[in-house]
Amino acid sequence: MEQAELRELESRCIQDETPQCIAACPLHVDAKTFCALMGQRRVDKAWTILAKTLPLPGVLARICDAPCKEACIRKDAGGAIEMGCLERFCAENAKAVAPPRPLPSRRKRVTVVGAGLTGLCAAWEMTRRGFDVTLYCQSFDCARAALSERGVSAELLDKEIASLVTMGAHLMPDTEISSDLVESLMEDCDAMFIDSDDVSSEVADFGQPDGLTLGTQRAGVFTCRRDESSPVFQAAAGRRAANSIERYTQGVSMVLKRELEGPYKSRLFTSLADVESAPPVSCEAGYSEVEAKNEAKRCIQCECMECVKVCEYLHHFKGYPKVYARQIYNNESIVMGTRQANTMINSCMMCGLCETVCPEDFDMGEVCLQARRTMIEKGTMPQSAHEFALRDMAFANGEKSALARHAPGVQASEYVFFPGCQLTASGPDSVEAAYADLRKRLSDVGLMLRCCGAPAHWAGREALMEEAMGELRETWQGLGSPKIIVACPTCLKTLRAGLPEAEIVSHWSILRALGPAECASKAGGIMAINDPCAARHNAMLQEDVRALLDGVGVEVVEPEFSGDRAKCCGYGGLLSEANPSLAESLAEKRALAAEEDFVTYCVMCRDMIAKTGKKALHLYDLLYPAETRGADRPSPGYSLRRENRARLKERLLTDLWHEEGGSAEPFEAIQVRFSDLAAENMEQRRILVSDVQKVLLHARDTGNMFVNKENGHLLSYVRPVVVTYWVEFEREGEAFLVHNVWSHRMHIMGGRK
Amino acid sequence: MSVIKISVEEAVDWKCLPCNEELVPVTVELAYLDSLFNVELPTCPKCGMVFIPESLATGKMYNVEHMLEDK
Ligand code: SF4
Ligand code: SF4
Ligand code: SF4
Ligand SMILES: [Zn+2]
Repeated sequence: MEQAELRELESRCIQDETPQCIAACPLHVDAKTFCALMGQRRVDKAWTILAKTLPLPGVLARICDAPCKEACIRKDAGGAIEMGCLERFCAENAKAVAPPRPLPSRRKRVTVVGAGLTGLCAAWEMTRRGFDVTLYCQSFDCARAALSERGVSAELLDKEIASLVTMGAHLMPDTEISSDLVESLMEDCDAMFIDSDDVSSEVADFGQPDGLTLGTQRAGVFTCRRDESSPVFQAAAGRRAANSIERYTQGVSMVLKRELEGPYKSRLFTSLADVESAPPVSCEAGYSEVEAKNEAKRCIQCECMECVKVCEYLHHFKGYPKVYARQIYNNESIVMGTRQANTMINSCMMCGLCETVCPEDFDMGEVCLQARRTMIEKGTMPQSAHEFALRDMAFANGEKSALARHAPGVQASEYVFFPGCQLTASGPDSVEAAYADLRKRLSDVGLMLRCCGAPAHWAGREALMEEAMGELRETWQGLGSPKIIVACPTCLKTLRAGLPEAEIVSHWSILRALGPAECASKAGGIMAINDPCAARHNAMLQEDVRALLDGVGVEVVEPEFSGDRAKCCGYGGLLSEANPSLAESLAEKRALAAEEDFVTYCVMCRDMIAKTGKKALHLYDLLYPAETRGADRPSPGYSLRRENRARLKERLLTDLWHEEGGSAEPFEAIQVRFSDLAAENMEQRRILVSDVQKVLLHARDTGNMFVNKENGHLLSYVRPVVVTYWVEFEREGEAFLVHNVWSHRMHIMGGRK
Repeated sequence: MSVIKISVEEAVDWKCLPCNEELVPVTVELAYLDSLFNVELPTCPKCGMVFIPESLATGKMYNVEHMLEDK
């Protein structure tokens, strides 16, 4: 990832943008944190938030007219948060804090003339920043009036004026302000601010100031507009003047990058979808502590997190896409040391739900896919992450499983049926039935058994993907480039992307047009539909399937995450390979999404859900039912999946084309049974029956094994390619009973002499 | 590196079948990716066949493999 890409991604995710209240506040008080603390009754701590940002906090917190309320997101769910009342309660009840400690002196002298709220605030802001400030005024009456107008005791002002002095400002009250004085003061300072609320235009008239800088025609002289009546906007003008004077005395641009100084609209999006409407706690008589707490608790603590709310993967790694993008970038820059984001990158299901829900269309799946491709390119992809799945893909495309034929007895194909490698692995007989039905009702339907290449795509292996697609294309062209009938939603998506020249139609569309086969289930009933994530952007597919279910009398219940908001079952992106425990917990969440049994049209979804113990059917199980394929059948294990593919090919070759199957390898002749423990460990450790058979063959032929003195068990190992498999077994005549299996990837150097 | 250690008890029940020898601790070399480790493992003193118990393969060894893959 280039730095520019990182920037682009980081700016796309708006989770860190400012909440609307803070953006709308002319002084940008952190209302969100303030409400959080008030909601926990941490009134003193809440006060430090106000005192940090507000000039003359004891005054402003009591008289602020809270323009933030207009922007508060809560407005549309009962009413805006009563920030004004909350601040006032806080000011009255919190422990006072010392005035802020000014920055080191800048050795710049600034004169403030006039002590209305604006002048005082400007003096406060500049003193804080290390300016040497002297304030001249006739009296403080103008500011006092602002308080008493709002029913607040004017004495409070004296305390803040005292703070101003503590901070280091020089006050010159009781000064007769005249034009001559102003002129002569100007000679004597680096910049001047004139509070036009407290200084009449006869004395000093520089016209209305520039809106952005508050500068006047006179260089170094700043003033405020005369028509501002809102206290917080007056304070903001004081701050704007301070900002300008800071720029002016530093000799930097007076205008660049000042857009966020005043109120603005933030890009932050916050959904009210799950927020219950609740009216504000009335504060006509001021708040009690409990009332203040309750009102503060109505603040929904605005943030986006739309994607994190719906994606367990994003939730699991405890951040959000902006953070993850940075972690991925850092991960790629590591030369020496641990790449801590590898597992995170390999755990995304690439399901696209985030993009669908994100107000800015952030697609974390795409980011992770690119990251995986980079890892492959740089050779930093963990070897073990996807190896098993890729081996499985190779098997599906290998001699034992792959097949391409015209329909028996014909020399050309108008269509070719492409069931995909997972359907053939999980429900080979349903594939057989579907193919028979297609041959019966459409003319000249050939058959292609192989994998679409999705695992290579998910693993970030572009070259392998291209190679697989190239082979697929050749095979398809060899059949005369027929229309392809696809059943699996992932195949459908993958083939449409990889084989754009082909006419591809879903089996479901065809069945919808033809009507269900005669053998289709008549049982009906109510089932929850599970849309696979691969069907997210395929409305026609979703519709076809619903129509078919209707056609077989099944009433469909839609769980919360359906259609274009479908959630991945945990198989997508090879999550179940790279992070099995996360995949499991995801499948469990998926299973809990409905009370009813599930029906789905992705067999991986079916099997992932079934693994959790929840009943689930594949649509083929209704359209081409068989007793062995009930909703409670277990998910076939890895070895059985391979065997199913190989057997299906063999059976079809013999039954339909009257051809011989391929030759068997010697290890396949090894007869073997497994203890429950061994079977369980094989599944969990991704050890196949064929791996075990290889070890047993080796043990039988070489005699190299260990023997257990206690129970007589034998133990042998072999390393066919990169993984070493250990098998603990006993002999049962010619056959073997396997008690346990384990494996490792480290290679034993040397070893047997 | 001594990241991998095993206790002798895990191997006491096993002996080499062809040589009929008890296993003894011998330093062997394990390799993964670009790393080499010297580890003491139960080995047949005669033919040199190395024994890797389940607990080692699924515990320490597994962790080290993953650690190295992220390096
Ligand atoms: S709900 Fe809270 S965080 Fe959101 S805008 Fe209103 S005050 Fe700010
Ligand atoms: S692509 Fe899917 S799994 Fe990946 S982050 Fe987005 S929603 Fe989550
Ligand atoms: S939905 Fe997610 S990625 Fe999009 S802006 Fe919100 S937090 Fe960021
Ligand atoms: Zn030996």
